[in-house]
Amino acid sequence: MRAFTYERATSPVQAAAAAAANPDAKFIAGGTNLLDLMKLEIETPAHLIDVNGLGLDTIEATSEGGLRIGALVRNTDLAADERVRRDYGVLSRAILAGASGQLRNRATTAGNLLQRTRCPYFYDTAQPCNKRQPGSGCSAIGGFSRQLGIVGTSEACIATNPSDMAVAMRVLDATVETVKPDATTRRIPVAEFHRLPGDTPQIETVLERGEFITAVTLPAPVGGKHLYRKVRDRASYAFALVSVAAVIQQDGTGRIAVGGVAHKPWRVEAAESELPRGAKVAAERLLAGATPTHENAFKVPLVERTLGSVLDEARS
Amino acid sequence: MPILHDLELNRRDLMVGGGTLAALTAVPAVVQAQPSPAGAPALTKVSLTVNGQSHDLEIDIRTTLLDALRERLHLTGSKKGCDHGQCGACTVLIDGRRVNSCLTLAIMNEGMEITTIEGLGTPENLHPMQEAFIKHDGYQCGYCTPGQICSGVAVLGEIKAGIPSHVTPDLTQPVTLSDAEIRERMSGNICRCGAYSNIVEAMTEVAGRQG
Repeated sequence: MRAFTYERATSPVQAAAAAAANPDAKFIAGGTNLLDLMKLEIETPAHLIDVNGLGLDTIEATSEGGLRIGALVRNTDLAADERVRRDYGVLSRAILAGASGQLRNRATTAGNLLQRTRCPYFYDTAQPCNKRQPGSGCSAIGGFSRQLGIVGTSEACIATNPSDMAVAMRVLDATVETVKPDATTRRIPVAEFHRLPGDTPQIETVLERGEFITAVTLPAPVGGKHLYRKVRDRASYAFALVSVAAVIQQDGTGRIAVGGVAHKPWRVEAAESELPRGAKVAAERLLAGATPTHENAFKVPLVERTLGSVLDEARS
Repeated sequence: MPILHDLELNRRDLMVGGGTLAALTAVPAVVQAQPSPAGAPALTKVSLTVNGQSHDLEIDIRTTLLDALRERLHLTGSKKGCDHGQCGACTVLIDGRRVNSCLTLAIMNEGMEITTIEGLGTPENLHPMQEAFIKHDGYQCGYCTPGQICSGVAVLGEIKAGIPSHVTPDLTQPVTLSDAEIRERMSGNICRCGAYSNIVEAMTEVAGRQG
């Protein structure tokens, strides 16, 4: 691990200003992803801004009938919250399908949104990777790509976003609230929060330098059946090959988002209008233009089957 | 033999490459001999409360909680397996919650109540979970065991507190203890010897005694 200096933030704006003043600074909250990457020298911040003392750890009702989730609410607490379990079950289910109990106890809501890909070439510092070292090339294309993206990829990067929570946030139309170094705030729909790789895969979100996430808000509950189905190589504690987050209404309409297939949680609203016609039609629309590799072509039928299974369960 | 101890540590950690922090903290001369390219390593004072006892240390800021516990406080019960949060051998309780101590910096845990396996029980006065692991043969080589026991204690607390898991059938109903719940919740603790079924038995017995 490279040497760094350390400070404890005193307020969200102060944290944002401190990060903006030092281009090599990083915020640290749970640290479960950042410290792992720092040990491997994939992340090499010269300065850490510890934001754990800022509060931001409560879940409050909004005047619109939804919930405001503080940036530092731990994954365990978010998944266990009674309102989330009752009204946003897909979110609880997605969080509980990810990581281990130890990690969920520390990992935060904002940190989960910012976690980095688990592409094996991103992790292997001896290999070229455009995300880790812009311009060095992508080893995954033509390499070991079983886990990687099939849609929205680029010639520079086929990495996937590893988060389960973000897939549920996407299906729930969550909004990310931030504060900038000049104390202005903004609200970013989670749909626009993560970027596709394009030719700058190292830029993963629309956050500006220093911009600090303070909360994630959920709109008022939409009812329906909430399901999260994760397909992975072992039954627990593994990243998704494919996951489907769904909120399905009694009349068969609903919303779906898919994880494990793209650089961001993958949702295509036009595909949702096909849901009453079944999984095959909806999945085809959802994955239109997909460019899987030889190794991960199985994800195309796997998305359809996982979606089919979810729709069957919603009807039962 | 403190000098030999430090030298051994230094050599081993430099060889594996990932644990140079321990070497840096144990032998400050190394810091001057091998300055980091990103700048001089910064030392800091940190106050940790471990097993009810307060400790003031001067450490390299990079020191993980696990390295501080093992190499500075010589609480070697918590084990370093993968050092990346994948194996669970380093699991300790922080303010009663289980955490991978390899994935948190010591300095981030000032003011917290840290409990290691040494704080759960002693050879003369075992924690019920330790007793149950012995009775049910919940280990073979023992390397993962302190992490398994810390995790096991916390898991029963989580179930009691009604925190759901991936296998909880209905999120709106109270959580009930089952083999499936224990297995899912313990998936962050890997046992290379495969003592899993005996660990489930040990935890089930302790849960039963607690009612």
